[in-house]
Amino acid sequence: MSEQTLKRVDLIFGEYSNVKYKVLADTLKRSNEEILKDLLDSGLRGRGGAGFPTAMKWKYTAETPSDERFVICNADEGEPGTFKDREILLRVPRKVFSGMAICGKVIGAKKGYMYLRGEYRFMIPELMKELEIYNDHAKMLGHDFEIEIRLGSGAYICGEESALFESMEGGRGEPRNKPPYPTISGFMKKPTVINNVETFVNVMMIMRLGPEQYKKLGTTDSRGSKVFSVSGDTPIPGIYELELGMSLDRFVDEFGDGDTKAVQVGGASGFCVPRKKFKETVIGFEGVPTGGSMMIFNSSRSMYNVLHNYLEFFEEESCGQCTPCRVGCQQLRKGIVAVKKGEKKAVYLDQLMKLSESMKLTAKCGLGQSVANSFSSIVNNFKEEMIY
Amino acid sequence: MSKKINLTIDGIKVSVDEGMTILEAARTLNIHIPTLCYHEDLCVAGNCRVCVVEQEKVKNLPASCAMPVAEGMIIHTNSMKVRMARKHIVELLLSEHNADCTKCYKNGNCELQGLASQMLTGDHLFLDLVPDKNYTIDMFNTAIVKDDSRCIRCQRCVRTCEELQSVSALGVAYKGDKMKISTFFEHPLFEVVCTNCGQCVNRCPTGALIERNYIDQVWDAIYDPTKHVVVQTAPAVRIALGEALGLAPGKIVTGKMVAALKRLGFDSVLDTDFTADLTIIEEGHELLTRLKGALVDKDPTVALPMATSCSPGWIKFIEHTFPEYLANLSTCKSPQQMFGALAKTYYAQKRKIDPKNIVSVSIMPCTAKKFEANRPEMRSSGYKDVDYVLTTRELGIMIKQAGLEFEGLPEEKFDSFMGASTGAAVIFGSTGGVMEAALRTVYEVVTGREVPFDGLNIVPVRGTEGEIREATIRIEKVKPEWSFLEGVDLNCVVANGLANAKKVMQNVKDGKANYHFIEIMACPGGCLGGGGQPIPTNKDIRSKRKSAIYEEDMGMPIRKSHENPEVAAIYEEFLEKPLGHKSHELLHTHYTPRKRY
Repeated sequence: MSEQTLKRVDLIFGEYSNVKYKVLADTLKRSNEEILKDLLDSGLRGRGGAGFPTAMKWKYTAETPSDERFVICNADEGEPGTFKDREILLRVPRKVFSGMAICGKVIGAKKGYMYLRGEYRFMIPELMKELEIYNDHAKMLGHDFEIEIRLGSGAYICGEESALFESMEGGRGEPRNKPPYPTISGFMKKPTVINNVETFVNVMMIMRLGPEQYKKLGTTDSRGSKVFSVSGDTPIPGIYELELGMSLDRFVDEFGDGDTKAVQVGGASGFCVPRKKFKETVIGFEGVPTGGSMMIFNSSRSMYNVLHNYLEFFEEESCGQCTPCRVGCQQLRKGIVAVKKGEKKAVYLDQLMKLSESMKLTAKCGLGQSVANSFSSIVNNFKEEMIY
Repeated sequence: MSKKINLTIDGIKVSVDEGMTILEAARTLNIHIPTLCYHEDLCVAGNCRVCVVEQEKVKNLPASCAMPVAEGMIIHTNSMKVRMARKHIVELLLSEHNADCTKCYKNGNCELQGLASQMLTGDHLFLDLVPDKNYTIDMFNTAIVKDDSRCIRCQRCVRTCEELQSVSALGVAYKGDKMKISTFFEHPLFEVVCTNCGQCVNRCPTGALIERNYIDQVWDAIYDPTKHVVVQTAPAVRIALGEALGLAPGKIVTGKMVAALKRLGFDSVLDTDFTADLTIIEEGHELLTRLKGALVDKDPTVALPMATSCSPGWIKFIEHTFPEYLANLSTCKSPQQMFGALAKTYYAQKRKIDPKNIVSVSIMPCTAKKFEANRPEMRSSGYKDVDYVLTTRELGIMIKQAGLEFEGLPEEKFDSFMGASTGAAVIFGSTGGVMEAALRTVYEVVTGREVPFDGLNIVPVRGTEGEIREATIRIEKVKPEWSFLEGVDLNCVVANGLANAKKVMQNVKDGKANYHFIEIMACPGGCLGGGGQPIPTNKDIRSKRKSAIYEEDMGMPIRKSHENPEVAAIYEEFLEKPLGHKSHELLHTHYTPRKRY
């Protein structure tokens, strides 16, 4: 990755300090209360997409009585159009391990796991090298927190936190009922903090810069910067670290090819924003949240095909346990095909919209609940493409 | 006292125990939230989503079966959103389901059908997905038929097989639209560890898992004038059959059942209780012989503890899971198979009927009995000992087919001979019953006195559902010929449900337990909770059936197997003595190890 792909902010991919694990060493000297306060003040929200306040997650987990707790780094980056964790792990794995180790201290965990996407198997030799360095330093620093890498097997659903626990425990990757939440009962039914790769890096950055400095980036609702995976019809695809809270308009000016018709924000489970809404759309938790994926489509693209592709993906990647997701995805995909072919009248789309709403309300986990995001935003904004 | 939680459901304020779910809380208010994947016997799956409700200030609709109550919750179980969502869910399930109801065995007794009719799903909101699916039917098994086209993926069967039975013959395979309930590498059921216990059949809300029914074959035999059709009825059928015919659970219907069987046209209506008593004599002597071999002759080849062998689900389980302990099984056939072997020998001779013209039918609370009757080991009469096995449910269907108004039938008595019963035989239907019956006899054989328990009720060995019960019976003041048993503590253990059986056997294997006698029933609660019993079966219903069984025992004039007059007669006329030559030929058998998948 060349320098020119990095724009505006250079926090996450910034250079390491000369002393290995210096920030970790410094942070370990601080009290848990101080660390949590800094995290809270920083306004950091989870970078996986859902945006839960990180400090609260850690606090709840620390407060749950238990003999054992775990830290898990969710590196099962499976969302279509997202490839930022891959870049982070390739370039700054030390920061990720540091963040995990800090979390281990705060919540009182002795063991951390990185659940790595099966397709990222190729990274393991490099990651193991860094892990050895980490483990040596942890020992030196007297920090009893060991990190292990676990490999996924390629199921998208295993990025859902409770399905990830099931997978790690040797079960079928199926989401659990919530409550209980991972802060109470996670991996091995023990209180667990599970955070995205990027979240841990942000923790580490906050520890280094202090919350005030960190807060200068972003907006009230969306603090800090974010690593974006930009793909699709853009002359400059790649990884970009940008400030949160920008308008989509500005984003497209920068990255579009001049003929941008729509941007899919947040991957297949995110929202499709059409050109006419670029101006009013803010990228961040107050507007359209994203785990980092920005897919740009120009006027040569059929949004019907785009949607069909997403639905095909969900149809296959649903774990299949809950009715709305398993059958709903099949019905949505086959439904738009039937409308396109004229086997069903155009009004059938309204029926499907209602179905997607029911899926959002009743599906067991985030996968089934979020299918409606892309479905309704594409069907609503590009209805004529669905019919003709 | 557990903490109370206050919440509002449909405008009614209610205070319930902490830890209860919304579903349970609603039921205390007589609000019945529909369910499909939920079953009281099983852990909560929360996967069908039919039970969703609306919670104020919460965006999504939580599944009430999986959502614990919380202070101040305001729940609506029948709001517009909820009704729409539920209808969508049922419509979705129907779109994947082969809803050819008139061709389905469960027609009229299907939970999905029930919901569909409640919700008036006539409008077919969605596309029919069935034609694109490659559904298969596994019809190769003698006991259970698995039809994937009727499956709604609620996973009750998977949870039953794993949680209650620790068999895990059924599991989930594939994901997304291809997700299905399957066996090891999709082998047919007869090739895998399935024990045919039928607990999955009993819990399947639709017709995806059903017993293989032999109703037509039995009618054919009845209509065939050249055939003499004898029928035997298991102890646990008489306390549950009423449920299949609209009566309340826990009603004893022995006399009406006999009357119904006679009206259906069976030539002779006999009782498995007779061979249950016979089993006790044989098995009791076998236990004593083994104890003598171990204690007196110090024979290292004697296998102790000895385990009961009445439950065919348990037999297949041990063949697969603990084949190294097959020698520990009593060599006695189950009462059903003893009956079958005697029907075509002793009965045939006495009644002067050519055994080839006898059709032997049994009514069982069990699906595994269908498999057992088809075992190659079970042809010692020279014919198939038991020709057809019907479940309690199938008998219920036959009675309805014949237009018999069950409740109005008179009470009739079993035919004789091979129709006499005792209280000891009746309690075979409950967990701990075989143990108790055996002890009533063995103790008396050894000491000459009745078991020292009030009213012959050996309460310590009466199993409790879902539990392993251990008891020690001290044998004292024995007859001279049994002097080696003086002061011996007989260590007994009783377990029901194969998950518990596995624990017992693992303890034996690990040397953690020093048992002499093990009673295992494959099904929760014993045969009264068998896979062939009326649907629904749940904890409450099982407990009512259990009370009925012990009530029936108390009401019997004879309550000890060795006092059954017909049993005494068969030894005099035919078998000569317990464990004698004829017994070995007809009443005992051995089983074979099987693979572990």
